[in-house]
This record gives sequence, structure tokens and C-alpha cells, in this order.
Amino acid sequence: MDTSKVATSNSSAATAKKPGKAGVVANWADERLGLGTAMKKNLRKVFPDHWSFMLGEIALWSFVVLLLTGVFLTFWYRPSMAEVTYMGSYDQLRGLHMSEAMASTLNISFDVRGGLLMRQMHHWAANIFIASMMIHLLRVYFTGAFRKPRELNWVIGSLLLLLGTLEGFTGYSLPDDLLSGTGIRAADGFMKSIPVVGTYMSFFLFGGEFPGDSIIPRLYTIHVLLIPGLLLGLIAAHMLLLVYHKHTQWPGPGRTEENVVGFPMLPVYAAKAGGFFFIVFGVTAMMGALLNINPVWKLGPYDPTKVTAGSQPDWYMGWPDGALRIMPGWETHLFGYTIAWNVFLPVIVLPGLMFTILLMLPFIESWITGDKRDHHLLERPRNAPTRTAIMVALMTFYGLMWAAGGNDIIAIKLNLSINQITYFLRVAVFLGPVIAFMITKRWCISLQRHDQEKLLHGYETGVIMRSPEGGYSERHLPIAPASAYTLTARDRDEMWTPEAETDENGVRRPGGRLSGLRARLNKAWYADNVQKPTAAELEEAHHHAEHEHELQAPLEGHSADGHQFDGHHAVEGETLRGSH
Amino acid sequence: MTDIQHGEQAGKHLPATTEEPIANPGLPEHTWRPTDVDDDAARRAERQVATMFGLASVFAVLFVVAYFSFDVGDSWETVLGLGASNIALGTTLGMALLLIGVGIIQWARKLMADHEMVEMRHPARSSDEDRAATLAALDAGLEESGIARRPLVRNSLIASITLLLAPAVVLFRDLGPTPSQAAASGPDAGLENTIWKPDMRVVRDVIGTPIRAADLEVGDLVNAEPEAIFPTEENGYPEIEGVELYVAKSKAAVVVVRMDPDDVIPGEGRDNWSVDGIVCYSKICTHVGCPISLYERTTHHLLCPCHQSTFDLADSGRVVFGPAGRHLPQLPLAVDAEGFLVAQSDFTEPVGPSYWERDHKDIGEQGEAEL
Repeated sequence: MDTSKVATSNSSAATAKKPGKAGVVANWADERLGLGTAMKKNLRKVFPDHWSFMLGEIALWSFVVLLLTGVFLTFWYRPSMAEVTYMGSYDQLRGLHMSEAMASTLNISFDVRGGLLMRQMHHWAANIFIASMMIHLLRVYFTGAFRKPRELNWVIGSLLLLLGTLEGFTGYSLPDDLLSGTGIRAADGFMKSIPVVGTYMSFFLFGGEFPGDSIIPRLYTIHVLLIPGLLLGLIAAHMLLLVYHKHTQWPGPGRTEENVVGFPMLPVYAAKAGGFFFIVFGVTAMMGALLNINPVWKLGPYDPTKVTAGSQPDWYMGWPDGALRIMPGWETHLFGYTIAWNVFLPVIVLPGLMFTILLMLPFIESWITGDKRDHHLLERPRNAPTRTAIMVALMTFYGLMWAAGGNDIIAIKLNLSINQITYFLRVAVFLGPVIAFMITKRWCISLQRHDQEKLLHGYETGVIMRSPEGGYSERHLPIAPASAYTLTARDRDEMWTPEAETDENGVRRPGGRLSGLRARLNKAWYADNVQKPTAAELEEAHHHAEHEHELQAPLEGHSADGHQFDGHHAVEGETLRGSH
Repeated sequence: MTDIQHGEQAGKHLPATTEEPIANPGLPEHTWRPTDVDDDAARRAERQVATMFGLASVFAVLFVVAYFSFDVGDSWETVLGLGASNIALGTTLGMALLLIGVGIIQWARKLMADHEMVEMRHPARSSDEDRAATLAALDAGLEESGIARRPLVRNSLIASITLLLAPAVVLFRDLGPTPSQAAASGPDAGLENTIWKPDMRVVRDVIGTPIRAADLEVGDLVNAEPEAIFPTEENGYPEIEGVELYVAKSKAAVVVVRMDPDDVIPGEGRDNWSVDGIVCYSKICTHVGCPISLYERTTHHLLCPCHQSTFDLADSGRVVFGPAGRHLPQLPLAVDAEGFLVAQSDFTEPVGPSYWERDHKDIGEQGEAEL
């Protein structure tokens, strides 16, 4: 007989067996959804801790802030290009004709309580969203977190960055102010530069000739429905893969490729991540309160005959704009047709090319290195010098293009010639990345050598020893065992050896023709890298160090007169000054 | 540390040497925090966290108070160029959120268990048995469907689904007219025409008053429009508004500049396009279409603020610097009986950015304006 539900006493037995409140809810849910099995492991899922793992979280939480503030804005914003007379509170524009989109944006800014706050929070959160995605991307790349099995999550992340950028562009175009209208006008020029189909794309998007009255409502649908839907789906996939793969971790004592060390999701990680959401939200609210952004009322409504000096897009659109600025004015006129290379190459081809390179980085690296193993331990940037140098070269290219996008501002603020800046950048965008690559690679290798020094000869103590000959040297002491282990917790680089181009039957292997190139790239990839010492080398170095210490031991705390010590002789029997 | 090797990859990429110089010492021992061992410290942390949550509630209430006590509208410039309402709402909301966030994190750091846990990873790939079972299921499913044995069914299905793309694409056809349809809709429509007509007056762009040639000094620049943009009963041009007006303005905007007549180097066939050193050019940049506006009087250069293309207005608007590929289209000018500037004709080439179908004719090949 089952006695578990029978009271054994009259006191609190009945309540003692009762599950807690959380248990009641969990029971109710499990009987309908069967979540017990899935939650069994995941509630206490382990997440490793490191400050840099927080960068992606900033992106995630700022996206949530964007959703919340964005929904608020849609209640008042009107995506219409119908011409109205502005009659709101801002008297400098009162009585002017403008589109309903612009008028409703002014209404949100001046006549809806909290409206300006939500607008500014939305714009700041958008900037934070894109900036944190970029920094998160750099963290993932520099630490090798994109390697197998996480390549697809890298691809998803790159798509998120692309979509986030487009979302930003469509978003800041919506107020239909003078600056954003100029941006749309330029975008029309970009489209028209596409050979064969360019004008058709422009006429279809604008519903006829520029500017038409369709572009704002169409951008609105793209901004509030299409792209956010895609972003949500991809973010969900990004997070699911993160949970499935388990987070990468830094090597260290107790951490291996087969385990993950950290805090459980419930309660610590849930509290930290949840608390961090409030912090991101709070910082955004503070920025919306105190830092003015995109004051459309100062720019005025869009008018196709007007423009402001220093017209620039939001910062994440700056680099293709820079490419557009430094591109020479090349056009080809052939058989009555025009190809505008000066627009098509920098804003259509180049961003597409750069994005493709970004997507392909994990696959390019694994093809060159031949490394198809799973990796869960992160690598320090210095321990993958070529990888690090590639990203620094790409960053240099990006930075120079971005500077080119502000060439007019640079010219004015620094009192330089805009022509000279432009000529300089035309060369620098090609040379800069090459120089950055070389410097970074050598820098990484030199840091590797420094690590090797620390492992083999210990750290610099700052204690200066004077030898009997009068020479000075610094005393080195071995580093802590845990630090020493962490320094050695990395892979040895392994050269990929090409297989024979043909198999035993003389049939060409697929990809065999490229293997020569691959072998050369592989060699260059690892060239001059410092490999961690073997146990024997470490033993030898420690032995040597002990010998040094023995030699130096008698000097401890004394001054020696010197001549009885010529360096490396045994010192037994010798006497020190003052001891006799 | 050992490298994980899986399936067919195993053995192919063995490390050069498997020995490790230093053995993994294992997880460091857990150290207790003051809040773990000292009840006072724990209670202090508890009070800290509760105080933060309490202050957050205060700020939430203050937000509501601020919402109802500060005006928006005219008071928009009260503090820091922003409204008092905006600042008060933003800072109270921000403080409430920040205090909740910091409180929760303090709770997690000081009071929740801080034992690091170890969880084993699993390879991303499935086990060999699962793979084999899945492949078998896939094979069975495909076999039972007969997709391999009945190529007619398979191929016709692929073809029909591919053709579904056609409705999906065609459906968007009505997003807008084609460029040629747009051009056919009126005499001013399309990429190659503007609203300019022979003898149409050049008027100031904001107020619409005509420009008397004699009123312009050397060095003057006037942003101008065709008179048809400002229809009145007097000039008799038809009403224009909304989209039509914006399209017309976006193509017809011009700059009128007066320089020393000796400085003007007329382009081939353009000897009579200027009036006493007064020249007129399209304001729409030939690069990507920004309205150009920055004029340097001494050099006659006009600079586009978007991408810094620079055009020489004394020399047929040729590009002297920047990414633009073509000169600015010039509007042939004349003076009417009352001494006002008028156009001799429409532009002799399309204005604005380049596009595929554009038939380029250099200055000199364009011939005389249709007078």
C-alpha cells in the first residue's frame, strides 16, 4: 500500500510533503508541456565567466530596448509622405509644409510626453546595438571562438550585423528630414549605378521618379516588420546554437576542451544576465535623457533642392561613404550605355565583397590551416599571429575608409586640404592594411617570445644583482604554477602537408591543383610562430635557473668584493667579504 | 588538455607531439567570500541590495510625478537644450533601471552561491548509432516515396516549384512604372526631361521672384528654380503640388552665378549660353544626386557637400576634383524683353547621377540648344 500520502501525525506532515510554490507551477507546466526533461540539464547549465563574454549580451539587450521603444514610437509616427502644414509646438517650423512623417516625428518630439525620450533612446540603442555587435564580432574573431563547431554561428552573427546596419539605415530615413532625405537621394543614385537593372530598381522602389510618395511607407514596413522579423529569427538561432555548443572558455587550471567551468544558469547567470539587461536599459535611458541625438527639428523637412554642409550618414554607414568619396571619377560610355564605376564599385561591389570576406573568414582559415578539429578553448590573439594580423588589416581598411567618410570634417577641424587628404587616403587604403598586417604579426610573435621567456626563465623581479665583475643583471624568478600552466595551455601549430595531387591510380584528387597554394599559405600562416616548450626544454630551463640561483645565492643580502667570483664557477670554499 | 578527435577526422590531424610540458593542475580551490563566513557582512550586503531596490521604487514614483508635472511643447529648451520633461523622465527611468540592475548583480555576486561548477561537453555531431539510424530512416523514406524511381514526378515537381518564383517576382511589378513608362507620362517626366521650357523665367528658389540680369553682381550666386514651380494667375502656369512638385524640383533646381565675362570659357557650341558672365547649371550633382551648394567665388568652383565633387563653373561645369564622372549640365540662358533671365531650352542632357541607359554625349557633341 502506498503510504506516502497518508498522514503519519496530526502536526505539519501534510504541508511538509507539499512541494514549494515553484514546484506547483513546474508540475502544472510539465504535465502539459513536458518541460521537465529539457529543463533538467538546462536550468543549471554552466556558463563560463569573462568580461568579454558580455559584449554580445549588450547587443542582445539593446535589441530588446529597440523593440520596446520602437513599439512606443509606432503609436504616434505616421509613415506618410502626404504634405501637411505643421501646426505643433515647435514654433520655428510652425506653418511650414512638410510630409506627415516629419510632422509626426516633430509631434513625438515636442507634444508627446516622453516621446523625445523614447526617440532618443531608440536612436542611441540602435547605435549601441550595431557597435556592440561589431565589438562582439572582433572578440569572437580574435579569440578563435568562430572555429569548428561554431562556424555557422559566425555566419548567423555576420548576417545579424548586415541586417542591423540596414535596419539602422531604414530607421534613420523615416523622419523624412533634410539629412535623411539627402541619404535617400544618394541611395537612389547608388541604385541607378547598377548596370542594366539600376533604373528599374530605383523606379520600382520609389514607385516612379525620385522622390515619389512611396519610399517612406515602404521603408517603414521594412523597418518595423521585415527586418525585425528576420533579426528575431536569427537571434533565436544564434542563442540556440550557443546553448547547444556550450560557451567557449579561456584555458586555465581545471579547464579543458571537454568541460566547461563556470556558474550555473540558475541562479547566478540568470541574475547576472537579467541584471545586466536593466543596466543596458538604464544606460540607454540616461543617454536618451542627457545626450541629444538626431535633432531633426534643427535640420528641417526634406526639400530636394536643399542640403546641409557636412552631410554624413550614421557612423556605421560611414565606411562605404568614404569609399565613395575617395573613388576616382571613372565612368565608361559605350554604345549609348553608361557604367558608373565611380559609384557602382565603392558602394555596391565593395560592401558586398567585404561582407563575403567576413562571412568566409572561418572557412578560409580552416582551409589554410587544415584544422578540422572541434575547439572550445579560446586562443589569445598573440597565439594566432596571422589570424590577428588579418583582422587588424581589415580593421585598418575599415578605419581608413571611415576617415575618408569624414574627409570634409577632418579638413575643416584640422585645417587641412581636402584634396590632399583624399589623395593620401587613395593610397593609404591599400598600403595601410599591409603595413598593419606586418606590424601586428611581428608584434604577436614578439609577445609569444615574451611568454616563452617567462615560462623558461621566469618573470622579471626588479631585483638587480651586481656580479663580482661589476656587471648588473636582473634576477628572474619562476612564475606561479597556475600561470605557467595557463601559458602552456595552447595547441602546437601543425603544418598541413599536402597529399599527393593524384591518388594511387593516377586520378586527380578534387582540389589537388590548389594544394600547392594551400601549402604555401599554410607555411606563411605559421611562419616564425613560437611554439610552447616541450617538457624537456622546460626541465632544462628550470635546471639552468636553479643553477643560476645557486650561483647567486651567496650574494643574497651581501655585497661581494668580487674577484673570487668569475661568474659560473662553483663558489664552495670561497669567502665573502665581511664574513672573515 | 587533449584535443578532441572525431570520426573520420581522427588520426588525420594528430598533434605533432601529444605530451604537455605542464600537467593540468585542476581547478583551484574555492575561496570563501566575507559574506559566506561573516553573518554581518552577509546582512550588510542584503541591506545594500534591498536599499537599491527601494531607491529604484522611489525613482519609479518620481518618473510618474515628473510625467504629470513637467510640460512638453514650448518648454523644450529648458535644460541642456532638452526639455525639463525629457531630462526628468529619462534620468528617473534610468536610475530606476540602473538601481534594479546593480542590485540584482550585487545580490548574485555577494549572496548567491559562488561555487564554480564543471559540466562535460558533448561533441556537436551525433553518435555513430544515431547517424546510422537517421541515414537508414532517410533512405527508407526516400525509397518509399519513389522519388528516385519516378524521375518524371520528381522533375515536374522541381520545375513547377521553380516556376512559382515567377508569380512571386511578377507580383511586385506594380511597385512602380518602368523608366520608359514614367517618361511617357508627360512632357517633363522621366530621367531625360525636366520642367524647363524655352523662355521660362529663372526665379529665386524660396520666394519665386524672377531675376533681373542687371541686378546680379559679379560673384553672386542665386539658388533658382523654373517659374513653373511657382504657378500664379499672372504667369499662367498650371497648378503643381505634391509628388509632381517634388519630382519637378528634384530635377529642375539650378544655380545661377555671375562672373567676369572674360573668365567664362564657353564650351564648344555654347558661345551664347551665358548672359554677360551669368551662367546657369543644374544644382543636382552628377555623382549621386545631392544638391550642390558650396561656391568659391575666386576660383568659380562649386563643391558638393556630400562627396566633395568639385566643378568649374567658368569651364562648362567640368569636374576638377572628386568622384563625379561628368560635368554639370548647363542651362542655356537668355534675357527676355523685361530684362529677366529665361531659359533658352530644357537641359541638353539628363541631370543627376549616371545610369545604365544614359546615352552620353560630351560637350560639343550635344549641338545647339533647340532654340
